[in-house]
Amino acid sequence: MNVYIGLLIVCIFMCLFRVGRGPTAPDRTVAIDILGTLVVGFCAIFSIITKRDLYMNIGISWALLNFIGTLALAKYLEGRGFDE
Amino acid sequence: MSETIGYILLTVGVAFDLFGCIGLVRLPDVYNRLQAATKAVTLGTAMILISVLFFTGFGAIGVKALLCIWFILITSPTAAHAISRAAHRSGIKLWDKSVSDKYAEDREGAEDKV
Repeated sequence: MNVYIGLLIVCIFMCLFRVGRGPTAPDRTVAIDILGTLVVGFCAIFSIITKRDLYMNIGISWALLNFIGTLALAKYLEGRGFDE
Repeated sequence: MSETIGYILLTVGVAFDLFGCIGLVRLPDVYNRLQAATKAVTLGTAMILISVLFFTGFGAIGVKALLCIWFILITSPTAAHAISRAAHRSGIKLWDKSVSDKYAEDREGAEDKV
C-alpha cells in the first residue's frame, strides 16, 4: 500500500508543478481540478488501510466541493457575472 | 481471491492516474492537457474506488465507494467541459500545430445567423 501512496504523491507533485508553472489561468484551473480528483483516490486508499468509513465520507464531500469550486473558477474565467 | 482482484484494480488505477499526470505535465496547450488528464484521472480514480469495493465487501465503505464513483463520473466531465469552454471564450489560443477548431466555426456560424 505504501507504494500506491508514494505514486499518488508523485502525481500530486506533478499537478503542483503545473499549478506553479502553467502559463495561463485555465492551466492552473485544470491542475487544481485534477488535484481534487487525486485526493479522492487518496481517501479511498486510506479507507482500505484503516478499514474505517470516515475517509470515504471525506472523499464524497471533497468531490462535491471540488466540483463546485471548479465550476466557480470556470465561470470566473469566462469573464461574466454569476447570474447571467 | 477478491483481494487479488482488488490489488490488480488498484495497480491499474494508480497507473492511469500517473499517466494522466504525465500528460498534464508534458502536453503543449490547455486543451490537450485537459483531454489527457481529465479522462485518465477520472477513470483511474474510479478504478481505485472499485478496488475499495473488492477489498472491503458490501459494507459501509463499499457502498460509499460506489456512490463516490457515480458522483465522480458525473461531475468530472462536466467540470472539464466548463473549463474548456471558459478557456476558449476567454481567448486562449490553440497550439500552433492544431488542425481544426470546430467550436470557433460553430460560434461564427451562430453569430452570422443572428
